[in-house]
Amino acid sequence: MDKQQKEHFVKSKMWLFLGLASSLALVGAACGGQQGSGGGGGGGNLSGTIQIDGSSTVQPFAQAAAELFQEENPEVRITVGGAGTGDGFERFCKGETEISDASRPIEPEEEEICKKENIETEQVPVANDGLAVVTSKETMIDCLTVDQVKELFGPDATAKTFKEVDPKLPATPATFFTPGEESGTFDFFTEELLETDAEQRTKDVQTSADDNQLVTGISGTPGGIGYFGYSFFTENEDKLNAVAIDGGEGCVRPSPETVQNGSYKPLGRQIFMYPSKKALQRPEVKEFMNFTLENAPRIAEAAKIIPLTSQQVSESQKALQGS
Amino acid sequence: MSVAETPVARAVVRGASTGARVREIIFPAALIMCIAFAMLTLVVLLVDVAIDGIPVLSAEFITGFPSQIFPESSGIQSALVGTLLLMAVCAVFIVPVGTATAVYLEEYADRNRWWNRLIEVNIQNLAAVPSIVYGILGLAFLVRGPLELGRVVLAGALTLGLLVLPVVIIVGREAIRAVPSSIREASMALGATQWQTIWKQVLPGALPGIATGVILALSRAIGETAPLIVVGAAAFARFNPNDLTNDPFSALPIQILAWVQDPQDEFRALAAGAILVLLFLLILMNTGAIYLRNRFEQKW
Amino acid sequence: MEASSTAAAGSPPPNLSRGRTPRSVGESIIKGLLFVAALISIATTIGIVVSLAAETIEFFSQVSIFEYLLGTKWTPLAGGDQKSFGVLPLISGTLYLTGLGLVVAIPLGLGSAIYLAEYASPRARRVIKPVLELLAGIPTIVLGYFALTFITPVVLQGILGIEVNIFNALSAGLALGVLILPVVATLADDALRSVPSSLREGAFGLGASKRQVVLRVVFPAALSGIVAGLVLAASRAIGETVIVLVAGGASATLGIDPRESFQNMAAFIAQTARGDIAAQSVEFLTIFAVGTTLFVMTLILNAISIRFVRRFQQVYE
Repeated sequence: MDKQQKEHFVKSKMWLFLGLASSLALVGAACGGQQGSGGGGGGGNLSGTIQIDGSSTVQPFAQAAAELFQEENPEVRITVGGAGTGDGFERFCKGETEISDASRPIEPEEEEICKKENIETEQVPVANDGLAVVTSKETMIDCLTVDQVKELFGPDATAKTFKEVDPKLPATPATFFTPGEESGTFDFFTEELLETDAEQRTKDVQTSADDNQLVTGISGTPGGIGYFGYSFFTENEDKLNAVAIDGGEGCVRPSPETVQNGSYKPLGRQIFMYPSKKALQRPEVKEFMNFTLENAPRIAEAAKIIPLTSQQVSESQKALQGS
Repeated sequence: MSVAETPVARAVVRGASTGARVREIIFPAALIMCIAFAMLTLVVLLVDVAIDGIPVLSAEFITGFPSQIFPESSGIQSALVGTLLLMAVCAVFIVPVGTATAVYLEEYADRNRWWNRLIEVNIQNLAAVPSIVYGILGLAFLVRGPLELGRVVLAGALTLGLLVLPVVIIVGREAIRAVPSSIREASMALGATQWQTIWKQVLPGALPGIATGVILALSRAIGETAPLIVVGAAAFARFNPNDLTNDPFSALPIQILAWVQDPQDEFRALAAGAILVLLFLLILMNTGAIYLRNRFEQKW
Repeated sequence: MEASSTAAAGSPPPNLSRGRTPRSVGESIIKGLLFVAALISIATTIGIVVSLAAETIEFFSQVSIFEYLLGTKWTPLAGGDQKSFGVLPLISGTLYLTGLGLVVAIPLGLGSAIYLAEYASPRARRVIKPVLELLAGIPTIVLGYFALTFITPVVLQGILGIEVNIFNALSAGLALGVLILPVVATLADDALRSVPSSLREGAFGLGASKRQVVLRVVFPAALSGIVAGLVLAASRAIGETVIVLVAGGASATLGIDPRESFQNMAAFIAQTARGDIAAQSVEFLTIFAVGTTLFVMTLILNAISIRFVRRFQQVYE
């Protein structure tokens, strides 16, 4: 091939490559706009984007609600984040999200900030939760009293092994995995059980906003111990051991029954979604919240979260109507 | 020091003892062990990922969307589309900018000027900056800050583009430098301007090298996770972005990261499957680069 | 093409400049456009510096620089009074993990390079070089996956039976080693091959064995190039995010037990940025302060590396 032909050949192959690249990009762009369609393909003609962020405990619930809702309303795009209750409220009060997930009630300071930005909201309980204190399966602790938990997790705690807290327990060195201060679960644990002002142990503690990381850490470390929402325990029951808590009336293990009837003390709680009133004026958001409450038990089951009782559901629906 | 007193000479004078002969064999053997270990690691890694990931691969895996609740029906469509879009926009950015910079530095820049030397040193420095710092740059200037694009494809693609731009520039410069000056001189002698020479003679000659550089850059960009974390690519997005400047987007490395960190075994398998898809894309790109390199290697 | 007048022999060359023709204006515009493109790289650096500097200054208006540089506890995400912003644990973790990576990559990488450069046949080179390139092309997320799902459970806890935390420095360090091994090997290989064969031939001529030639003559001659490669590899490991994020854990500590979790600067930044904390909070600003620290460290290392390369180039020019 002489020089000119070779140059032409080179150029044509370049165009071929560029053509390949751009067609791949076009495929990507063409697929854009396709929604996650489920089997139902219902006649929903709602559309829009709903951004939900906040508690990682509520996240599986919100995610399940979003997926089931999107099966019937494929044009509605819902993103669910798990930045933590506190961070979720910060975004929410800036107007960045339509609904804020929370594993503790909104604090007055947070409501103040929201009001400044003209954001009003209503507390809507969507599920129950028992905060589970969890160890790895290698350290089968059956029951701990509240005081023993304080000795392990409190801000001045220095216990290095479980034996120091209870002579019947093994002498395994303890490694702690807990949420950080951005988490509503952290707030709830420190306030209700440790009874401190957002302070807990800092020695030998790894914190993560990602509950999955906590599960991995605890299950993979012989002396692992920590806490998170009940659903993360049930999702990983084969790897974890839930500790029964003695709140003064005997050892109670977390379960749907003990949480719903209130005997799992002091770590039983409700978890919430906070929709903004402004967002509720949009049909897709209102429809989503209605759907979520109407199907709350089914959604909770899919997310392996403890569902509301039917009475709690109607109370939540009333709260939603009021907003 | 005379030659006779050097350590080598002294060893020679001592003569080859049995111990020395043994050492002669052990040494290369030890070296081979090093290479063997490196190769073994590669093989074990690929086999491990394959074992974990192949069971998950299916048409539904490619076309489905990720689900946190129903891992059995999870797929990578949003992540794959996001990655492809990122690569396309990234390429559109780095090809002209990288080539233009390489052309400027090789053909126009007077090396005695301080600003040209500064540009060169700067590019070398940028190549060594950790990718997470580029993520911070993207967050500060593209996602928030003056441009305030938000967490969109354009922001992610530009961030990745800035990250890999030095690769395109450096490889492009080598390709341009390889074009012999006789070509340029002949062209100028025929009355062509500098730009005409570059456009019609130098660039076509350097094109395969530049294209290789672009592919190298993109194969680096496709696997980058850290900048996308900071820029805010989403995991578990159940839709594809409708456009480049408004919608949230996902990407393969981000989805892999989210799945890896989930302790349940089903998600680990999904991560492995997505890794296989990513590796496949990489192999595709690198084969293209090798093909280009071998086929169009200009022998001046 | 215009005809140009030829000068008579002996007279001074005529002024061939044609002044500002449309053609030369176009040329200047093109040169200008290309220069602007080249400036994008400068703009990037300025952008990095500005994006880091502004928020870092804001950070230090809320946290004393002495607490930051000298403090030994890094707990920015703890509650209330327990917050502490001493960056030393992150720096220590970064250096420790990099050190582990180098312990793996230096012997294996240099060994591979020496074999490649001095012993391998051209056919062997054709096989081994692509393997190294393949290793170099593996995305870091894949190495992170490998560390968490294979190295820790199968190799460390299983085969070697070490009682490690599921997130541990050993696993992350090994993966880092695998990451930078190709860098060490490729640059050392280049450096060794640049040593002129006259040195080798001279040594052989004196009767030295192959091993002696390689270890006592070639290797020292290539040393500055090799060291430049090591410094570059270290720089890469220092800034590595995802491997440590996935396999190293979330614990910023001054310890040195490789069975424990460690965190480095880059992983901390990634983890904090993921939580999308409010833009002005001091927790969010830690991203920039730590980012600046990391940036400065890699800049210094890069400068050292360039110094070595320059010295290495001069010896044989």
